Amino acid sequence: MGLQALFFYLFAFIAVASAFMVISARNPVHSVLFLILTFFNSAGLFLLTGAEFLAMILLVVYVGAVAVLFLFVVMMLDIDFTELRSGVLEYAPVGALIGVILAAELIVVIGGSVISPDIGKTVAMPIPALTERTNTAALGDVLYTHYVYFFQIAGLVLLVAMIGAIVLTLRHRQNIKRQDISQQVARTPATAVEVVKVKPGQGV
Amino acid sequence: MDSFVSNYVWPAAIMVGQSLLLLVCLLVFIAYILLADRKIWAAVQLRRGPNVVGPWGLFQSFADLLKFVFKEPIIPAGANKGVFLLAPLVAVTLALATWAVIPLNEGWVVANINVGILYVFAISSLEVYGIIMGGWASNSKYPFLGALRSAAQMVSYEVSIGFVIVTVLLCVGSLNLTDIVIAQKDGLGTMMGLPASFLDWHWLALFPMFIIFFISALAETNRPPFDLPEAESELVAGFMVEYSSAPYMMFMLGEYAAIVLMCSLTTILFLGGWLPPVDIAVLNWVPGIIWFVIKATMVFFMFAMVKAFVPRYRYDQLMRLGWKVFLPISLAMVVIVAFVLKLMGWA
Repeated sequence: MGLQALFFYLFAFIAVASAFMVISARNPVHSVLFLILTFFNSAGLFLLTGAEFLAMILLVVYVGAVAVLFLFVVMMLDIDFTELRSGVLEYAPVGALIGVILAAELIVVIGGSVISPDIGKTVAMPIPALTERTNTAALGDVLYTHYVYFFQIAGLVLLVAMIGAIVLTLRHRQNIKRQDISQQVARTPATAVEVVKVKPGQGV
Repeated sequence: MDSFVSNYVWPAAIMVGQSLLLLVCLLVFIAYILLADRKIWAAVQLRRGPNVVGPWGLFQSFADLLKFVFKEPIIPAGANKGVFLLAPLVAVTLALATWAVIPLNEGWVVANINVGILYVFAISSLEVYGIIMGGWASNSKYPFLGALRSAAQMVSYEVSIGFVIVTVLLCVGSLNLTDIVIAQKDGLGTMMGLPASFLDWHWLALFPMFIIFFISALAETNRPPFDLPEAESELVAGFMVEYSSAPYMMFMLGEYAAIVLMCSLTTILFLGGWLPPVDIAVLNWVPGIIWFVIKATMVFFMFAMVKAFVPRYRYDQLMRLGWKVFLPISLAMVVIVAFVLKLMGWA
């Protein structure tokens, strides 16, 4: 048992334990903090398999951005958790079903590679050995060289979703003052000031 | 047993030793950077600054340290105690953890990992948690508002920092920080037939990115003029209101460690790291670490000067600058740099 195995069990144990705490913690903010710990340990597991790029992207995207927004929302909402918890048994069958489906899929994936270990080499883009290509470059090959059109289509789908979200939430309110910085900077005495000669005894 | 010692114990001992050495040097450096910050600020305002403890006030930071440690930490009754105490620890640990991959000289790095710059980016994007947790756990209005502001600010400016890093990576072709510095040995200057000099570094080739990175670094580390999370005129002291003694000191330490890190990162990405300004006989006798420290200190001097004479931004202007000015410019620069590299065949 090498150092790698030791770290694997460390990361895996903390990941599973904190994932359990996510659903069992009473305070929603604690749940999100445990979720972050889970992400962190999953990143550790990625590192152990040599997928350093994925590990760092997991940290940047999920922990650095998504979980921050999550924490944001949970902190702002005043959720009554005893009320939320009351219907737990109603949803238990649905949750169990999803769990079973996920477990079955995992078994199919892992079982496939256990039964025939060479199956990874028959796919269209076999994974290159770590010694010949860093995994940053390998991912780049797949995403930006071989499947660039699919990547672009995925980007377009996201763009549509983004525009949709903006269209749904944007409202133009009338009668409010807005600051236009370029307009302010472009003001000159000629456009802003008017000199009026007022004769004594008369108004403007 | 022998192989166990030579395979695990020695490497681990060496790594711990290196880390400890780096941390001690870093903490002493931070103590003097803090003093320099106050002195520069004072000099701009025609004051003397701290000048009582030690000659010219040189031991001021150590006196402050003792004072922080010996005072009583006060935990508010309504605070969420665990998270309240965890927050400063998270802030300081993350700020110091990033230093593991910073190369101070050729080969002088604790962990020379392939994805060094991504590691720095990932860890610095986590630093916001110290602030959010501190603000929320204090269970009080000002800290909470400060934490919310800070989270929005750090997430916004991270985007432009990310794109600036991408442009540098396009030029270098590697995520390793040592490779980034070595790639700056030849550049614009050597292309024109000059000897290796400061003209080769990225600051000239990527000048707009250098400026954007510097300003985003100010925002990312909550330095003035972007210190809205702790804006004392509106939020008292933001997320730090309820903190006292050692936990408060940890927040300050984390903040300054992050600032020094950003200075070093600017040095590595744009100012040629440990490379001498001109590669001639006298200058390249000087050890690389000295050039590195000089460059990082110069960048910090800029940080301190900005603090001294730029007024604080309003919050909506801060957001506007991040999303409507820096993001489009840096995005456009990524495309332009990629095109130029491809068309000129430099990639």
